Amino acid sequence: MEVSRRMVNLFGGGGIGRDLNLNLKETELCLGLPGGGGSEGAPKTNGKRGFSETVDLKLNLQTKEAAPLDLKEAQSKNGLKEKNPLTAHDSIKDPAKPPAKAQVVGWPPVRSYRKNMMANKSSKDEGSADQKPSTASMAAFVKVSMDGAPYLRKVDLKMYNSYDQLSDALGKMFSSFTMGNYGAQEMIDFMNESKLMDLLNSSEYVPTYEDKDGDWMLVGDVPWEMFVESCKRLRIMKGSEAIGLAPRAMEKCKSRS
Amino acid sequence: MSENNRHHPQQNHFCPAETMSEDEDPCRPSPPPPPPPPEPVSKKTRNCAAVHPSPHSDRVLEIVLEHVLQFLTVRRDRNAASLVCKSWYRTEALTRSDVFIGNCYSVSPARVTTRFPRVRSVVIKGRPRFADFNLMPQNWGAHFGPWVATMGKAYPLLERVYLKRMSLTDRDLCLLADSFTKFKDLVLVCCEGFGTSGLAAVASKCRQLRVLDLSDTEVLYDGVDWISCFPEGETCLESLIFDCVECPINFEALESLVVRSPALKKLRLNREVSIGQLYRLVVRAPSLTHLGTGAFGHPEPQDPNDQEMDYGSAFSACKSLVCLSGFREVMPEYLPAIHSICTNLMSLNLSYANIGVEQFKLLIQHCCRLQVLWVLDSVCDEGLQAVAATCRDLRELRVFPLNAQEDVEGPVSEVGLQAISEGCPKLESILYFCQRMTNAAVVAMSNNCPDLVVFRLCIMGRHQPDHITGAPMDEGFGAIVMNCKKLTRLAISGLLTDRAFAYIGRYGKLVRTLSVAFAGDSDTGLKYVLEGCPKLQKLEIRDSPFGDAALLSGLHHYYNMRFLWMSTCQLSQRGCEEVARALPRLAVELLSYEENEEMDNETVDVLYMYRSLQGPRDDAPQFVRIL
Repeated sequence: MEVSRRMVNLFGGGGIGRDLNLNLKETELCLGLPGGGGSEGAPKTNGKRGFSETVDLKLNLQTKEAAPLDLKEAQSKNGLKEKNPLTAHDSIKDPAKPPAKAQVVGWPPVRSYRKNMMANKSSKDEGSADQKPSTASMAAFVKVSMDGAPYLRKVDLKMYNSYDQLSDALGKMFSSFTMGNYGAQEMIDFMNESKLMDLLNSSEYVPTYEDKDGDWMLVGDVPWEMFVESCKRLRIMKGSEAIGLAPRAMEKCKSRS
Repeated sequence: MSENNRHHPQQNHFCPAETMSEDEDPCRPSPPPPPPPPEPVSKKTRNCAAVHPSPHSDRVLEIVLEHVLQFLTVRRDRNAASLVCKSWYRTEALTRSDVFIGNCYSVSPARVTTRFPRVRSVVIKGRPRFADFNLMPQNWGAHFGPWVATMGKAYPLLERVYLKRMSLTDRDLCLLADSFTKFKDLVLVCCEGFGTSGLAAVASKCRQLRVLDLSDTEVLYDGVDWISCFPEGETCLESLIFDCVECPINFEALESLVVRSPALKKLRLNREVSIGQLYRLVVRAPSLTHLGTGAFGHPEPQDPNDQEMDYGSAFSACKSLVCLSGFREVMPEYLPAIHSICTNLMSLNLSYANIGVEQFKLLIQHCCRLQVLWVLDSVCDEGLQAVAATCRDLRELRVFPLNAQEDVEGPVSEVGLQAISEGCPKLESILYFCQRMTNAAVVAMSNNCPDLVVFRLCIMGRHQPDHITGAPMDEGFGAIVMNCKKLTRLAISGLLTDRAFAYIGRYGKLVRTLSVAFAGDSDTGLKYVLEGCPKLQKLEIRDSPFGDAALLSGLHHYYNMRFLWMSTCQLSQRGCEEVARALPRLAVELLSYEENEEMDNETVDVLYMYRSLQGPRDDAPQFVRIL
């Protein structure tokens, strides 16, 4: 089962988003991409972003950014942070900002628990949640569980810049487990109630997450940055189980259109 | 478990005390690779039973020996005694009640239980330290399962289990709780793999539980309210440490537990516990000696009624408090409440508290008896100067980074280090993260702090030279190994050439643990160390230009070591194979960072090797290749 492709389609593959219902583009709110620059045009300052922009982001392959000295190059096809000795922050979308220096796995030698605690602390102490914290490149490890899989995994959400990348990585991570039948490779249209309900009624898998308030949400609703900041834990569950989360997605659908 | 006030520098003070320090046993594993049993008829051991064949005197001698050997507690002494002759070997084995397994794969559980039948306490360590920093792929191993299964049958009277960097499941914990009716102490450091269900099993079934310590351990929240699972009535609890457990806590159950645990001395709460809740616990347990304060703040605006709480008096009633930690979501306005107890404090851990310089200075000025201090670098050089001015008795200092990145402005530097060296001459252990450093400050510390046993300096920018002179940091670290004659643990960083290693090889004669990252020029560097440091036990190296020639220069020593870790260096498979051929009792593991990939024939991602009596392990995952 080519899980990754299917899961990409869950969030919307690159390019397909352009063919979306034009109503989406008329949604007036959008959020700038990391660092303030944007490949989608001038960012607006309000927090929310049109759905088209969330899905339009192309799948960004991790570049083999020149690593200083003796570090091995990362294989971009393997999106798993914990496997790569070197990961590079993708700065392609950000011509305005100088490329971030490649962050090396496990350096400085501070345990993840401490890094995460400090990341939470710094962004809180700096006040507004909109302000990009200087700890932007700090790891945001969250556990990923998949129903039926024998053990949990962990991903660092900061290693990805979009839902596409995340879904790709998740797909690879859990590709060894059978995910059940996938239907036609249709992108899940979060704005389309009936399609969403179809998915949630099926036995296909949907990714969900627990946010800071302790609520379980469907992945893909909120802009990527907001997701990274609020996601505490990921769980890939059967669509039918995620039905209870659908109302929230429905509310968001309704509030947007 | 003896918790004495005398400071032991190798002990992780904010992890539960390791009663079995590695220092006790530099040269031998436990159990040692068994030589063929020595000649029973030895001129030296006149009293050896085999010389006098009468069974009666045999037995008498053995009984006497048993009684005498029971006084031997130090592992090294016991190992030595076991080598005297067969009879001593047997008797020592019968009387050993504490077993220390420094590497869980060095020996099989069955072998341990066969040799030592009457064990009450077990210490098992699993993964190597670099696994903490994501340098080891997931699911490498170190499973507690086989151990608990074997010990469950062999040691029904087992009382204590201490695990470090092991993986254990809920099922393992259930089995533990079911197998050991007299179980007393469970200490889990840097472990993972289980959830609150496992804790619930231990809480409910181990009726004589004295110690439940979880430090830096991941616990999955699976909904079970484990705190409520402790039995009704008085408990034997002396230590309850769960500050790292990121799960919600049933506070009423916790409060009730504290109230009915009259022997409780150590309590470390997680950050779900607010300061208001802390207050309620503290007033009920004023005889605590070790307290982890939880959040030391509160998430929501306080109920106006709560604001009347007199935190200050509550804390000053804790006359026995010597060790304070927590402050996980600290609100600085509450800090003055602890000023009154600061004078009694021997240990203070503020390493999760992002408080400003001024707040910190107000606090630290009272801590004149402090011996152990952990802080964030947000206290700045100025804060460290305040420490140097007040804490003349300081033995251990750890300065952690608030921003663990390279290339940012760092709040601490050589200024802080210099100040500490001048103000704290009794310093024995230091861990210091910074962005910039100078050789001069490190040299100063080597001169001012001759008692240093542990020196770990992490200059976070890779290959950073002395930021004033531009020179490599060789001279600084060289001075440390030269002048600190008691040094056993060293971690180096910054721009380092082979010269630094030459110093270490030449002067670091007592060094047992060495941590190297992004350092050195050539094979020669590593050769210096392998040839020069006879006590080297644990060597962890990453991203340094050492290759096969260097690796092969250590063949004479690897059987004396606990392990060698080399990741992203310049080793080839051929070189590692040669080591494996030359040293058959060494487990040579090659780990690959790319899952499901054919291992590249040339380069080695990670080499992890360790002596082992049991041969290649059978639970190795796909990315591990054992030569």
